[in-house]
Amino acid sequence: MLHYLDKALTAPKPTRRSFLKISAGALGGLLIGGAIPLPGQAAEGETLITPFVQITPDNRVIVISKHLDKGQGTATGLATLVAEELDAALEQMAVEFAPSNPQVYANTLFGIQGTGGSTGIANSFDQYRQAGATARAMLVQAAAEAWGIPADQISIANGMLSGGGNSASFGEMAGAAGAQAVPEAVTLKTPEQWVYIGKDMPRIELPLKTRGSVGLYGMDAQPDNVLMAATARPPKFGATVKSVDAAEAFDMPGVRDVLQIPQGVVVVADNTWTAMQARDLLSIEWDEITAETRGTDALMAEYTALLDQPGLPSVTRGDAPMKMAAAEQVIEADYSFPYLAHAPMEPLNVTVLYDGDSVAFWTGSQLQTLDHGTAAAVLGLPMEKIAIHTLWGGGSFGRRATPDSHLVAEASMIGKAWLDKHGSAQPIKLVYSREDDIKGGYYRPLTLHRVRAGLDAEGNISGWNHRVVGQGIMIGTPFAEFTVRDGVDHSSVEGAADTTYDLPDMAVDVHHPEVGVPVLWWRSVGHTHTAYVMETMMDELAIAAGRDPVEFRLAHLQNDPRLAGVLRLAAEKAAWDTAPAEGIHRGVAVHKSFNSYVAEVAEISIRDDGTVKVHKVTCAVDCGVPVNPDNIRAQIEGGLGYGLSGILREEITMTDGEVDQYNYPDYTPLRIVDMPQVEVHIIPSTEAPTGIGEPGTPPIGPSVANAVFQATGQRVRALPFSKHGLA
Amino acid sequence: MVTFTLNGETKSVDLNPDMPLLWVLRDELKMTGTKFGCGVASCGACTVHIDGEPTRSCQTAVGDLDGAVITTIEGVETREASAIQAAWVELQVPQCGYCQSGQIMSASALLAETPKPTDEDIDYAMEGNICRCASYSRIRKAIHRAAEILEA
Repeated sequence: MLHYLDKALTAPKPTRRSFLKISAGALGGLLIGGAIPLPGQAAEGETLITPFVQITPDNRVIVISKHLDKGQGTATGLATLVAEELDAALEQMAVEFAPSNPQVYANTLFGIQGTGGSTGIANSFDQYRQAGATARAMLVQAAAEAWGIPADQISIANGMLSGGGNSASFGEMAGAAGAQAVPEAVTLKTPEQWVYIGKDMPRIELPLKTRGSVGLYGMDAQPDNVLMAATARPPKFGATVKSVDAAEAFDMPGVRDVLQIPQGVVVVADNTWTAMQARDLLSIEWDEITAETRGTDALMAEYTALLDQPGLPSVTRGDAPMKMAAAEQVIEADYSFPYLAHAPMEPLNVTVLYDGDSVAFWTGSQLQTLDHGTAAAVLGLPMEKIAIHTLWGGGSFGRRATPDSHLVAEASMIGKAWLDKHGSAQPIKLVYSREDDIKGGYYRPLTLHRVRAGLDAEGNISGWNHRVVGQGIMIGTPFAEFTVRDGVDHSSVEGAADTTYDLPDMAVDVHHPEVGVPVLWWRSVGHTHTAYVMETMMDELAIAAGRDPVEFRLAHLQNDPRLAGVLRLAAEKAAWDTAPAEGIHRGVAVHKSFNSYVAEVAEISIRDDGTVKVHKVTCAVDCGVPVNPDNIRAQIEGGLGYGLSGILREEITMTDGEVDQYNYPDYTPLRIVDMPQVEVHIIPSTEAPTGIGEPGTPPIGPSVANAVFQATGQRVRALPFSKHGLA
Repeated sequence: MVTFTLNGETKSVDLNPDMPLLWVLRDELKMTGTKFGCGVASCGACTVHIDGEPTRSCQTAVGDLDGAVITTIEGVETREASAIQAAWVELQVPQCGYCQSGQIMSASALLAETPKPTDEDIDYAMEGNICRCASYSRIRKAIHRAAEILEA
């Protein structure tokens, strides 16, 4: 989701300043987590400690993951990179999440510590291999000294050092290795030497996730004497507490306190159920003067009116209006995409322990540096007095990566309010109910598109006018400097403005209405809507031109061989050139996002009740070096399942500013009955690895929509499909 | 006071009888393998076995459990559950994993009832369990795989 930072960081330097400001206020030049020594400084005992790899006397190789793993498999990916260069045995590999320390653990594409934008492996590929190679060199040097033989006579296989008739485990050599000087340069293996990279690697934590093991997720954090908290937040975004009567809540046995904080009114209780029950007993009057009171009908009317008005220019290339005037045919279409909630299975939660001098958080932190800085600002603490314990995330899909760190801010306020009143530190776990999550904002923005595209006499695209209306996710956040240019938030137009179809005459503009609904990146961000528009319009144009949708796309992809490559492969594997079985209809879409290329061919039928059944999706993906092919398959399966869920039935609406949906019964995720069979074909590549967590999502909507057109002649342009009886 | 059997051990608790079993397990007994997902019996993350039946613990009041035999993910040791867990690892089912305690409890109950389930049986038994990571196609394959393991 933060992949534009990649581009921004290679652009002129001033763009880094906003982060430096945040982190510096914050960091004050200190190395946080002083407990992490620099490479080569062995801790007490016989352990080799470097920032990214630790080798213990009991022969475990612990990889320190700077990234949150919330299901995308990065932890195993990082362990794979280290194990590769170390020639470790897989059974000895373990992963722990890094402490918050951007000087050591920054995402090299962001400049701060954080996970997102499908950058986990892309930004770590060299760094973690080098870390493994460094540890290897130190082990080899230690063995050479111990055995009195030259280093080049020592080899490593499957976690064992050997040479000159001697052998030792990593653990036996760890202490001596820790005393070695850190090599200034190491040589990485060549791809031909890889034994793990490119092979299906089992997920390192997966057995734990099948046994209900303790302590994996933030939700399961249980410091001694922890109390549970539930916050009553305003029913309309931006409202504030005017008055509260907490008498009834206080009367409920097990309620410890009711605290008022800027975010709302917090019930602290002995257990989660009591906190949530007592919260319902609060009588709160809200001040709505600063609240967003428009409903989605009103917003739709305002957005629709804006479609007729020129917006801020994003792309102005060639002369689209003139080409359109001369076109043989012009197709015009409007599209609408609703607000969407992420609704990860683990409801948001954070445990806080604040004693006035220091604070600790336990949570699935996705942007540690921002969480860290926010806690420092709210509590007035120096950075080194703040500990963020990152735990496994039970899903995120973007939801945990909040530029305003609202969860940690709220927990900080709760910790402070408790301490102020009670005078002693108390661990408190703030838990969202599912209703808090569904009604809580930070949605994929409601977005409208209008496209006018022309075809020339040869049936080629002659011009493309594109207007987008939607809140800019980054506007007003620390990320704005990276992604907002001349008022245009790139995350609203990515996937359209940077299309690699040959469109020499193209104009894209955008309106960013000011709306008080918090918005956020949702798995694949702008591509959630731009890919749908681009790829259904390409389909319409192909059919209007009397051309095959695959051939038509390929004809317009002369300058993007990798995108053309996945399209050809998916079409071949789906037998695109042969007629589908009776009652089955096919649709195709291809899209680049997060520097990866994915094509999907959907096969659908229409059930007797008129709803869509997606039977099978054949995918082709090019994400550079496929570090873990099985995880790539899993992410494509999950990514397209998430996208399919989004287009079929998901929709957040509001009436007079209040969210209408409340929980899974009316904000309805995909269930097993609607999951298609998925076949994934991976293009072999030696290019640098690119994203895989998100790129599976964008093509599914348009590929299914294009198949629905084949089946019914109907173009679905207002989402979700359930609006039209199709789901 | 309510007394029940939990993972083979007798437990007595003195709590508000309206308190859902989910929160008794998680907050009072500190057994966090059973997950909170929705609180309205819509997602299945909190599934446990009560007298052998897959049951949503978020909608089961502890006051109704006197004499009940309860099994959670921490204690499920049936042949079916072991086969399911093995197949889950073999086919690499979980991603974030948060829903998987509930998926495994539902799937093992299915196999206990229907040793050789069809796709339709699987849809019927598993549609109450949401996986936001959409690991569904692997769940389906792994249930078939576990059925094979049990047959062998």
